[in-house]
Amino acid sequence: MSGVVVPLHRLAHARTGDKGNRSNIALICREPRFFATIAAQFTAERVAAHFAARRPSNVKRYELPKLFAFNFVLDDVLEGGVNASLGLDGHGKALSFFLLTAEIAIEEELLTQTPAITAKPSHEFERETGG
Amino acid sequence: MENLVRIGCGAGFAGDRADASEAVITELSRRTGPRFLMFETLAERTLALCQLERRQHPARGYSPALERMLPRALGPCLASGIRIVGNFGGAHSMAAGARVAALARAAGFPDARIAVVEGDDLSNAFSTDELIAREVDGAVLAGRPAIVAANVYLGAEAIAQALDAGADVVVTGRVADPSLALGPLVHAFGWDWSDWRSLAAGTLAGHLLECGAQVTGGYFADPGVEDVPGLSEIGYPIAEISPTGELVVTKPHGTGGIVDRRTVTEQILYEVHDPAAYLTPDVILDIGGVELGDDGPDRVRVTGARGHRRPERLKATVLVASGVLGEAEISYAGPNALARARLAADIVTARLQRRAPELEVRVDAIGLDSTFGSLATEISRVASPPAEIRLRFAAQHQNREPVELMLDEVEALYCAGPAGGGGVRRHLTPRLASASCLIERERVTPRVTFVGEAA
Repeated sequence: MSGVVVPLHRLAHARTGDKGNRSNIALICREPRFFATIAAQFTAERVAAHFAARRPSNVKRYELPKLFAFNFVLDDVLEGGVNASLGLDGHGKALSFFLLTAEIAIEEELLTQTPAITAKPSHEFERETGG
Repeated sequence: MENLVRIGCGAGFAGDRADASEAVITELSRRTGPRFLMFETLAERTLALCQLERRQHPARGYSPALERMLPRALGPCLASGIRIVGNFGGAHSMAAGARVAALARAAGFPDARIAVVEGDDLSNAFSTDELIAREVDGAVLAGRPAIVAANVYLGAEAIAQALDAGADVVVTGRVADPSLALGPLVHAFGWDWSDWRSLAAGTLAGHLLECGAQVTGGYFADPGVEDVPGLSEIGYPIAEISPTGELVVTKPHGTGGIVDRRTVTEQILYEVHDPAAYLTPDVILDIGGVELGDDGPDRVRVTGARGHRRPERLKATVLVASGVLGEAEISYAGPNALARARLAADIVTARLQRRAPELEVRVDAIGLDSTFGSLATEISRVASPPAEIRLRFAAQHQNREPVELMLDEVEALYCAGPAGGGGVRRHLTPRLASASCLIERERVTPRVTFVGEAA
């Protein structure tokens, strides 16, 4: 077993939502088998450190193992939010892709394994995993 | 399957595609059973602009999306028995209702029954002091600013009541977005208002529909990584719900987009904080146990929503005038573009420090660091010289004058700045600050009125 470091973008997709000066970033595994690896490395502390330049006052992680997803809630990172920010993206819509620039270490076998599951249409997904 | 209710979504926000509902209506018109089309068109800012318009023109003040979206949808829906629920009302639901009635007459349906839901506007019922006392998560109202709009999020009850009374179209003002779907479901299935599990399932359906194409492959494509077919003709969503709250999300046949585990998961978590407590006026939705299942191509089954007793108090959004935002841009391209752009930024910043020291000015280099801002690459760390830079200056202030001065300084770069600056654009936008208040239910009375019928 050997490990590699890849951008989180390889393993997950993400969508941002906003309420006032608070951002939520849903981080969703591209494959269910990535869940444990991401869970181990993308703690609330890690995400807070990644966004340190925006000085989050609090970061909370919610786990959704049945959806193979995480919800990160970052307080006070939107420069005041859409009604107050001087930035172009006051909603913080693009912050999801900033999270995806972070790096993650993963066993090469886990990363490159391309079982029949990924070659099939996504609606076959649950049958394959027995979910 | 029998006894299914189908709800399509024709708009996920005020700026959505005007023709989005067409394929949804075509699909729904091929079906039987109760069918509804919901429109969500009322962003905070839209509602504030509606209020300002109503002050100037007392007969107006409804969402401009009504005129863009409804004329083409109304006739086909009335002809097929598809009932419409939309928050087109803005600051004047009654005017919106009258306009819908006129559109129905023009489409050949003079007997269409148009219901209007009111009671969300708090601006007359609550004094500024009362709103200040109810503000949470901040103190925007503390300075007693000029209130532009104060609206409480109503739930699904008045919508269901209007449908029970036979409405073909229900026009609301501010309601919780998922309530636009829950109202039809409670009407159709007769769910009890304390049946939290069913209300949660219906609210989840509404949450999945409320942003339109965001659940059918919109806002998802990442070419080469996550490809989405047919995005230019993406199908807007349809939810099929059973009397026990079983839910399938799908889209019209022959449209672009995707409905699968990935797109549905993104929308489930959209604008959610604690997944165990998604608050609506109707129920507290817990999505922590939600699971997705395969139900065929572009069909995802969503199960496991749990519900808890609805919140005691209702959320209201209060919008106050908050000065103006000014933005001005200029481009530098070709040899040494980065250095010329930097010099331009320095010139404007130096002059404004002297002439408008009260102004906080932000400078972005679009294409280099404007989106992630301080998060990503510093301009100084850019490895290869960019072929062009678009500089953007932004500032806001309670007073217009210093902001206009900033815009003037950027424009003056044409003659007094570095070589080769071009393409100045400038604009000024009124700003609104938003406060959240929690309102006692007993102070809120939703009302249903039918246009042109005696109360």
